[in-house]
Amino acid sequence: MNHVSYTPYHPRWHRTRVSTYWWLWRRSYFLFILRELSSLSVAWVVVYVLALVVRVSQGEAAYRAFLDWSSRPSVLALNVLSLAFLVLHAVTWFNLAPQAMVVHFRHRRVPGALIAASNYAGLAAVTAIILALLFVQW
Amino acid sequence: MVLDGLNYVKDRLDGTLSYRWSCRMGICGSCGMMVNGEPKLTCATFLADYAPGPVRVEPLRNFPVIRDLIVDLGDFMGKLVRVKPWIIRRSEKPLSEGEYLQTPEEMDEYKQFSMCINCMLCYAACPIYGLDPHFIGPAAIALAQRYNLDNRDEAADERMEILSEHDGIWGCTFVGECTRVCPKHVDPAGAIQRYKLQSALDWVKSVVMPRAGA
Amino acid sequence: MRNKRPIEPFLWLLFSAGGVMAALFFPALIFLFGVAFPLGWLQPPPYDRLLALVSHPLTRLVLFGVCALSLFHCAHRLRYTLYDGLQIKHLDEVINTVCYGGAIAGTIAGAVVFGLIA
Repeated sequence: MNHVSYTPYHPRWHRTRVSTYWWLWRRSYFLFILRELSSLSVAWVVVYVLALVVRVSQGEAAYRAFLDWSSRPSVLALNVLSLAFLVLHAVTWFNLAPQAMVVHFRHRRVPGALIAASNYAGLAAVTAIILALLFVQW
Repeated sequence: MVLDGLNYVKDRLDGTLSYRWSCRMGICGSCGMMVNGEPKLTCATFLADYAPGPVRVEPLRNFPVIRDLIVDLGDFMGKLVRVKPWIIRRSEKPLSEGEYLQTPEEMDEYKQFSMCINCMLCYAACPIYGLDPHFIGPAAIALAQRYNLDNRDEAADERMEILSEHDGIWGCTFVGECTRVCPKHVDPAGAIQRYKLQSALDWVKSVVMPRAGA
Repeated sequence: MRNKRPIEPFLWLLFSAGGVMAALFFPALIFLFGVAFPLGWLQPPPYDRLLALVSHPLTRLVLFGVCALSLFHCAHRLRYTLYDGLQIKHLDEVINTVCYGGAIAGTIAGAVVFGLIA
């Protein structure tokens, strides 16, 4: 599919075909594709969390086996890569949120930086809750 | 400016060079071209920034080339008409009742999107448009938003219908290049994402309150 | 390609919600359980505590919601990346089935896991 019908009377006008590697041409396109590929890491973390939950429910021995498995170099490397992609996802998501969401407060627009900051605050809060649930002696 | 360079070439080196330009001050939107791979207004791009050169000027990307640096913008013209970029009212006020009033705050809602000069740099930057020319594109959607957010207009639903088609807003994946290259800081990417959010909220309302007024 | 698809706003909503959930919950979870504990940077909590935490109905509900929405986020993003990155938009029926079908399958698996663990 090389030509588009909106120039029916001038089929000889040149249109450059877009290469399959269009996303390697420019740094911004490449970073965009990386951001989109971070979704694969999200899928992996879902699988990992489900596996963890199953192992925990199967008894202490199964949980220990899971921890040992997770310290194998290949799994560790995958998880470190996933962490990097997840940080990329969170940062790009929170920084782009103000462009998608315009919030009005008392007839004035809330500045974008505030919206982004509140998203990061949410991340800090959820992380704090997770840490508290796991470690704090109630 | 790069435009001055092109004029020099046409005046002294090759009189057959064909390109568009008009106001030479960044407001008419005619002189959009690729300068070293980036979509730019040639009248607003300093040659000194590329010193010592060379500078590569190419026709605007993603459009069919008619000749030299001139591209065919017919596709965008068709799409612009499709989104109905004019004020539409269900009922007109008679002239005797005066103008439709608008506060400065109400104007600020859409003012940014009204700055578009139709230069098409955003279409050249958008990889989605490059891959699928049916995509309605950043400027068309930003201009639709300019009227949707205008308190004098009453046709937001009509435009939502048009833009919810598959070659409308849903093709956009928020690459953000359009906003980056826009010489007038229109932020078409923001316009599109806000439109998606609006469409999603409308969908929720239609599910939760199906009988709510039109 | 003028067909309207009324389901698109709903899918985008799932994508957005999933993106927010993944961005809020997963950095901490993958850092702790994927990097810090295996590397010994932090001592994992004692088993009983973890079991009690995981079995709690609120934890199970929240984790299930986060996982399910994140899977739909991935499905949506992967679908468009395949359309644009590999230029196979004409295979959209296959791509949609694989992506959203995978998300649905994952959600069912998640429901089984979180529903059946005591």
